[in-house]
Amino acid sequence: MTSLDPAIDLLAGWLAARLDDPAAAWVQAQCDAIAQRGEPALLRALGAAPRRVGKADLAPSSDETAAGLRVRSGLDASAWSVDEAARVLFLLEATRELDGVGPALDRFVDRLAQTADLQERIALNLALALWPARTRPALLARAREGVRSSVRPVFESIAHRHPLPAEGFDEAAWNQMIVKALFVGAPLWPVQGLARRVNAALTASLVDLAHERWAAHRAIPAGLWLCVRPDDHPEAAEAMCRALGTGSPAERQAVLHALREAPDGPAARELRALVARVEPDTFLSGELPDVRSIEEACAP
Amino acid sequence: MTPRPPRPDDAVVEALFGERSIACPCCGGALTPRMLDELVAQARALDTRRAHQAALPLPLPHDRAPMIDPHAHMISRTTDDYEAMARAGIVAVIEPAFWLGQARTNVGSFVDYFSTITGFERFRAGQFGIRHYCCIGLNPKEANDEPLAEAVLDLLPRYLGKEGVVALGEIGYDEQTPAEDRALRRQIELAKEFDLPIMVHTPHRDKKRGTTRTMDTLEACGFDPARCVIDHNNEETVQEVLDRGYWCAFTIYPSTKMGNERLAELVKRHGPERLIVDSACDWGVSDPLAVPKSARVMASHGIDADVIHQVVYANALAAYGLNGEMQEAHWLAPSPVDQRVLYGGNSVLRGQAPRVDGDEVSSLDPDVIR
Repeated sequence: MTSLDPAIDLLAGWLAARLDDPAAAWVQAQCDAIAQRGEPALLRALGAAPRRVGKADLAPSSDETAAGLRVRSGLDASAWSVDEAARVLFLLEATRELDGVGPALDRFVDRLAQTADLQERIALNLALALWPARTRPALLARAREGVRSSVRPVFESIAHRHPLPAEGFDEAAWNQMIVKALFVGAPLWPVQGLARRVNAALTASLVDLAHERWAAHRAIPAGLWLCVRPDDHPEAAEAMCRALGTGSPAERQAVLHALREAPDGPAARELRALVARVEPDTFLSGELPDVRSIEEACAP
Repeated sequence: MTPRPPRPDDAVVEALFGERSIACPCCGGALTPRMLDELVAQARALDTRRAHQAALPLPLPHDRAPMIDPHAHMISRTTDDYEAMARAGIVAVIEPAFWLGQARTNVGSFVDYFSTITGFERFRAGQFGIRHYCCIGLNPKEANDEPLAEAVLDLLPRYLGKEGVVALGEIGYDEQTPAEDRALRRQIELAKEFDLPIMVHTPHRDKKRGTTRTMDTLEACGFDPARCVIDHNNEETVQEVLDRGYWCAFTIYPSTKMGNERLAELVKRHGPERLIVDSACDWGVSDPLAVPKSARVMASHGIDADVIHQVVYANALAAYGLNGEMQEAHWLAPSPVDQRVLYGGNSVLRGQAPRVDGDEVSSLDPDVIR
């Protein structure tokens, strides 16, 4: 059984460092109430958290971030707010004593998800990083459901800065998440494991999507090209070429990024040679903006 | 000499003395010739007034005062309504739990409804720069299905403590049955337990007696009138509601139950203290712009701007802000996380319309919720 104590201590510490005395006392009182009375106390604590602890950004320091990574690899709370941190703490407290944490945890999460509002749903999704979710089908299903949402903040609470998709999603689920991100207008740079999990089926879907957008005379999100590899699909290189020629500056930069990262292969070689002739400054020796800057260049 | 052909009004009146009579649309009572004459005269005067009002433009975004619609069933309304409300100056809405037009048959239906008005609808409103709150409760109409009512009352504690729940409501009487009475009393106790104000739905039939009885029940249960909004008032109920210390809300219906002109008269007579106006817009013929239009009508009656401000904003904020879940800062200075989550990243500036997402990709994308 995985102990939740390190994660609980971590979050309690972060909150104690940020809250004034009344708010800190309130948080402690909720943890005690949850330990004694379980679900009714948890529901009250979840509901009242924003009003009691405020909604400032958590903004963890680099030391706090490092401590977080020691508790859980891939833990990234850089975009959390204080009330989200409090809610995750309460969720962990409520499950601390669950016997075996396994099926009882699944039932707990399902029951809570049934009546959760959007912000509570986000807190549940964040907590999935700290529960032993990677090998639990019910919890992975909860994460999959999160990335089916068209409500962008809910989608991003699993897709962005979260270790679970790269660790636990199968290829089909991963690819759905990436394509969905492009549909809801979410950037890809905050997706953990983006480079590691590229695959041929994803390239195929993305090339199809590019063709769809071209046919409809609609803009293509630059991030699409980040996951396209020239040798994964017979039409990939040609699509990348077209984007280089007629795409937005951000698209061109994203294609060049992908080309730099792509593994060796005949299509990759041919495309690199073409680019070297046409854009020698950028590709061979120039600096490309990082992926975040590329995507933010075409964001609203 | 040929008889003068009857005027259309004469024909209508004539019918009253024949076999058929004309029934009043709101209560079914017979209309006398004199009542009919008065109605026709009022309709003519209303037409003139309506034409005059139509010529008055809605205030421009940069010079409008903020307004709250504290009773709006937004799940029944389209995004066109949200856009119009935002343009007209509405900064916040409160969506009380009610029936959906036909009786629900199982508790799961309530679960999903409560989850929607605490969840997705809040997000939907935010996309248009409007801050959405709600009330949770078992309405009197559905209290009459007793096994279902019992299940719903057991369900309420899962929702009453949620962020953005500003009151327990809409509760009260519909037909004043014993089952309705039991559900009302149970929920008054829940409101005390969760430290929530109450929003009362007053019956449309037998309103005066039903309203009095509701106040009697609240007081019998020891509930503080200053924490209770009685809604759907009319000229017959307003005095007693005010005298007994309650907040007094008026729902502006497009035709018969309560109109803008009548509201203006009531404000002039009673002053703005504890008076609130709302649209109660829902699936039926109703007007999501009732609150801004009331403001306009009151202004055209020469009512003071700060009196109007109380009736269309400050009183609702005071009453429904009692438990701390609704605060002016939410729309005047939203926190960064609220900007991201509730307002979808749209910059919501004080007194101005939300900046519409200008990116071509997402503004045309049918898969993006707008």
